[in-house]
Amino acid sequence: MIGEKALKGFFKRNGLLLAFAFFLAVTALNAPAFLTVGNILDVLRQVSIVGTIAIGVTFVVITGRFDLSVGSGLTLLTVIVVDQNNIVGPLGAIIMAIFGGLMVGVWNGLLIGYLKFNALIVTLAMLSLLQGLTLWYSGGANVNVHNAQTTWYAFFGRGDLFGVPVPVWILLVGGAIASFALMKTRFGRSVFSVGGNETTSKFSGINAPKIVLFAYIISGFATACAAIIMGSRVMGAQSTIGQGYELNVLAGIILGGTSLLGGSGSIWRTIVGVAMLGFIQNALLLMGFPYYIQWLVTWVVIILAVWIDLAAKRGKILT
Amino acid sequence: MKQTLVKITTEWLMRNHIWAFLFLVVIFFTFASPYFLSINNLSNVLTQSAFIGILAIGMTLVMINGEIDLSVGAILAVSVALSIGLQNSGLGIWTSVMLALFSGAMLGFLNGSLIALSGINSFIITLGGLIGIRGLVFVYTGGDALIVKDFSYTEYPEIYLGPFSITAIIFLSLIAFFQWFLTSTKHGREAYAIGDNAEAAYDAGILVKRHVVINFTICGFLAAISGILLSMRLGTAEPQAGRIWELWTIIAVVLGGTRLTGGYGSMLKTLGGVLTLAVVQNGLRLMNTPNYVELIVMGAVLILALGLDRLFTSKTRENV
Repeated sequence: MIGEKALKGFFKRNGLLLAFAFFLAVTALNAPAFLTVGNILDVLRQVSIVGTIAIGVTFVVITGRFDLSVGSGLTLLTVIVVDQNNIVGPLGAIIMAIFGGLMVGVWNGLLIGYLKFNALIVTLAMLSLLQGLTLWYSGGANVNVHNAQTTWYAFFGRGDLFGVPVPVWILLVGGAIASFALMKTRFGRSVFSVGGNETTSKFSGINAPKIVLFAYIISGFATACAAIIMGSRVMGAQSTIGQGYELNVLAGIILGGTSLLGGSGSIWRTIVGVAMLGFIQNALLLMGFPYYIQWLVTWVVIILAVWIDLAAKRGKILT
Repeated sequence: MKQTLVKITTEWLMRNHIWAFLFLVVIFFTFASPYFLSINNLSNVLTQSAFIGILAIGMTLVMINGEIDLSVGAILAVSVALSIGLQNSGLGIWTSVMLALFSGAMLGFLNGSLIALSGINSFIITLGGLIGIRGLVFVYTGGDALIVKDFSYTEYPEIYLGPFSITAIIFLSLIAFFQWFLTSTKHGREAYAIGDNAEAAYDAGILVKRHVVINFTICGFLAAISGILLSMRLGTAEPQAGRIWELWTIIAVVLGGTRLTGGYGSMLKTLGGVLTLAVVQNGLRLMNTPNYVELIVMGAVLILALGLDRLFTSKTRENV
């Protein structure tokens, strides 16, 4: 039998995708609206914000670290970009948001990369700090873009390009660039090396703290891009707008099969993971389930996906 | 003799620097606010700290193992919802409380078993739990808040023993019990061994998996206790109760000096961390600072705690 082994390998590697395709087919039969171009574009538009952040966080996770501060970062930067639209105009607002995102990344990166503080705690502290800064900046009040109907800022969240929403373009183009940087550049190889074995990477002449710093800066930058999309889509922001996004981002990354221990993962896997979560949630809503059922399903799907992945790697189900 | 006493004290303070830090914080707020240093206020602080505090006991246990439990806030919400929902549907108060405690322990057991059976990182399993168990609460309550019908239920927290509320007494007793549990039982000693080096512990004949399952079960059970006390105090069951409390709990435990890497920590450290967190929150509110100051200060304090830990451990311990 030619290719039996190759076929087995294919199933092992892409079992999750096949299961997902099966799920899509079942849903399409039950909810005819599911597999229409309009709905698919809607889902993609919805996942673009989580997806854009997840691209950045994937770099951090591959180095074997966490970033829990992205949800708060998204909140603060969205509030800033929306409010500054009224003060300095769209261009200035966007520049400020990106600068803010880079700053958050630099702080996280310096503390975690150079001072070697625990990533979980540092980004947790940053979560609290950014939430505080948000309330300080906005005083807890909602902010709105005043000229929402006329500003060109609407392009990022509401615009279309060749029939595909702009946020989806941002996700795809950003993903392609990030994927190239991760797979084909020296920096990308170093990211894997630091996550795989930091000591070895040091002996190979890699400046691990610098790599970690850059990973966090990328994460901060991605969060800023997501904030720009979010602000443009909603044309307003309140101080809870990004709450819980760090969990969705992590769930997507985990579902994509990137190991939280570091050293492995890819951008397209992350995007697939995030999209899967989006389609599952959309399908459940279309089939008429209450919104909280999606959390139960997410729970089961995450654990099953990781378990199946692990079981395939070690060749048995239980440890 | 005197020399050694000084040396012992300094070494203890270096290992338990959170207590020195707490002392400084208390001094600061005593001067900053005239209302701070009163029996009434301090008694209040202790009661308020108990909810995160009881979660932190379980978290400490799990963290000494080198694991983490992100689902404690969600398990707390299950226990809040069940204790009020079940008694509203006609079961007696204590039957409902028992069932809520049991479900908390079972959810902890589920987390622990999944970790032990699958070999998946506890961060992932309990992150799933954090999302999914909250979903269970919404399924049970339909997304609405439940209000207790029998208001005698909300009178239990009014029991006081001197300045100590029953909530605070339960918290402190649990701290004392689990401190004893860690230092003087086989299970407690094994926790450190596993956290230090799980493989070596396994080779030494410790049943690592069973140990971890037991600790997660305890963690879930304690989250349920905290939930019961909260439901008594509030008289309502919000489906979002305890949201992001897992983060505050981790902050309190880490502030105390217990390490995420495992093998190191104690309940007394955690008590120090929990009290520091509560005192800072209370003191800032007494000073009438806007709520964002609290969040910013907590972030800064946490980084500071990491720095202090680094500074002192490099002097008292050579490794890590």
